[in-house]
Amino acid sequence: MSITISHITKSYGAVKALDDISFDVSKGELFGLIGPDGAGKTTLIRILTTLLVPDAGEARMLDLDPVKEFRKLRPHIGYMPGRFSLYQDLTVLENLNFFATIFGTTIEENYDLIKDIYSQIEPFKHRKAGQLSGGMKQKLALSCAMVHEPDVLILDEPTTGVDAVSRKEFWEMLARLKERGITILVSTPYMDEASLCDRVALIQDGHILQVDTPASIVASYNRQLLGIKARNTLRLIEDLRAYPLTHSAFPFGESVHLALAGDLTDGELPEYLHQKGHEELEIEPIAPNIEDCFMELMTKKQSDK
Amino acid sequence: MKTFWAFVKKETLHILRDPRTLVILLGMPIAQVVLFGFAITNELNDARIAIFDASGDPVTQEISDRLTSSGFFQLAIKLDQEDQLERAFQHDRVKLAVVFPPEFQERFFREDRPQIQLIADATDPNTATTLIAYASAIIRQYEQEKKGSAALPYSIQTEVRMRYNEELKSVYLFVPGVITIILMLVSAMMTSIALTREKELGTMEILLVSPLKPVVIVVGKVIPYIALGLANMAIILILATMVFHMPIRGSLFLLIAESLLFIMTSLALGIMISSRVQTQQVALMISLMVLMLPTILLSGFIFPIENMPWPLQAISHIVPARWFIVIVKGVMLKGAGLAVVWKETLILIVMTLVLIGASVRSFKLRLE
Repeated sequence: MSITISHITKSYGAVKALDDISFDVSKGELFGLIGPDGAGKTTLIRILTTLLVPDAGEARMLDLDPVKEFRKLRPHIGYMPGRFSLYQDLTVLENLNFFATIFGTTIEENYDLIKDIYSQIEPFKHRKAGQLSGGMKQKLALSCAMVHEPDVLILDEPTTGVDAVSRKEFWEMLARLKERGITILVSTPYMDEASLCDRVALIQDGHILQVDTPASIVASYNRQLLGIKARNTLRLIEDLRAYPLTHSAFPFGESVHLALAGDLTDGELPEYLHQKGHEELEIEPIAPNIEDCFMELMTKKQSDK
Repeated sequence: MKTFWAFVKKETLHILRDPRTLVILLGMPIAQVVLFGFAITNELNDARIAIFDASGDPVTQEISDRLTSSGFFQLAIKLDQEDQLERAFQHDRVKLAVVFPPEFQERFFREDRPQIQLIADATDPNTATTLIAYASAIIRQYEQEKKGSAALPYSIQTEVRMRYNEELKSVYLFVPGVITIILMLVSAMMTSIALTREKELGTMEILLVSPLKPVVIVVGKVIPYIALGLANMAIILILATMVFHMPIRGSLFLLIAESLLFIMTSLALGIMISSRVQTQQVALMISLMVLMLPTILLSGFIFPIENMPWPLQAISHIVPARWFIVIVKGVMLKGAGLAVVWKETLILIVMTLVLIGASVRSFKLRLE
């Protein structure tokens, strides 16, 4: 195991940021920590990177205790914090050189490892980091986090605020790093990125909802799911939520995903919606994705309380 | 060691890449010395006075001439009636009025002790006191010249010499103060801001996760500011000696060594502030309130400590600037060696050791 987390709890005053969290990450795994803002992702990552101490529970990183053995552990972690955390007034090359040096290495020594990523921003190496585009900044940050050849790479929301093309490129880079045997833990609020991970942990309000492969999570979804479109989406949700057979209804882009609580007879739902005066109705059965599963698990958790 | 220099280099680049701040930091000592040296001065020249001379005889005329030719006073208005005094103060903005009674000359030679009334505008008490003192001295001197000391059977004469600053130049007073303020500003305030910036930008997270030892982070961070502080010191000393002809009577080496000590004290204060705040703005506010104000007000730079109420006097003991100013004045003006300022130096050394110890302890190895 590269990372073992058992019963970790952490509070900020009265707010419980993490409540009895446990899961493992295997060596060489690309593991996703997926949940909305405020779910506790950053807190958990900071505990793993030795920056915070949990109130209860314990973590093991590379068989080291992040609380007691943080000095031994720190050189082996590659960490990319949530915000762009490089020196904006230094150039690309100066940033990379600085981080290489403080980790006791040089760019040349590990050039092979970062070549894939760094070569894309190398043409701009004399440009100040603050003047890079969002995607390029992420590449530089990843290069800086990788330059000392860490055994574990921990990335906190690396793709937040980055355009779609750069996001895709970024995940391809992660996949290639994984092939080199580096364990990667990445957090993201984007549910669609879950399918790019080997396994994911769905986290919400400091609780782990489920830990599994994306495919198993989707497969475990056992409700009938419909994608519904109408002219007035807002009113559509209200009406669907008032419908007796509805288990849950959530907006999803332009359409509404309706999970059903029971079996539906043909034509029953269109009739109901027509009665409510909805126009341009489109109803079709759809396959669930991770977000549907997340919503389902979230609803279940809330009704359990 | 290599990582340490990489850190120093990085920090130096931060300073150089921000030319605006650099210009302010290097320009400030120049501005302050010039300002204090030329503009803000305690010396009085050409103060406007009014004279009401009810006698108009040769003696009052001579005394008036003495006053106006002294260089301290300038005759703004000659009054014909005593009730014009109020108007002279209000309208002609005179600072001092001299009133001679009638028949001054006769009474003067009759040993009748005629009185001259000096009326000062005391809205600024310091100026008023000084003007009265100057005018009294001039009148007394005239009296002695006229009558000779023999005329007064018992008299004590005072002979005054202003040692270490014969010409009473106020720039001699201000330069040690400006050195103190600038060193405190550059060392404490800039360090606290620079360290807090790492926190605010999130780079501190990476630095903490790196194998860097805290002492490397802190020392690497402050070295460029020590250099900046010494550069400021050089600028001030060059200005003071070249432009204002201020002497450095003691050892220059001792002066620099003592300054380095004070820089260390300030740096430790800056590090302590930065470990307790999260944003640059708060660091700036606290530096100004907690460090700059006592340095300016309680160090004896502007207000004499002896005149303060005892609680403020007590507080002034823990203001490092108080001791440093004594040292700088001693070395620069009195030519004092370590044998003279050893007590102040020892106090500063102890303060610095305590502060450095506390600031190293206060440096957090984690985020909370």
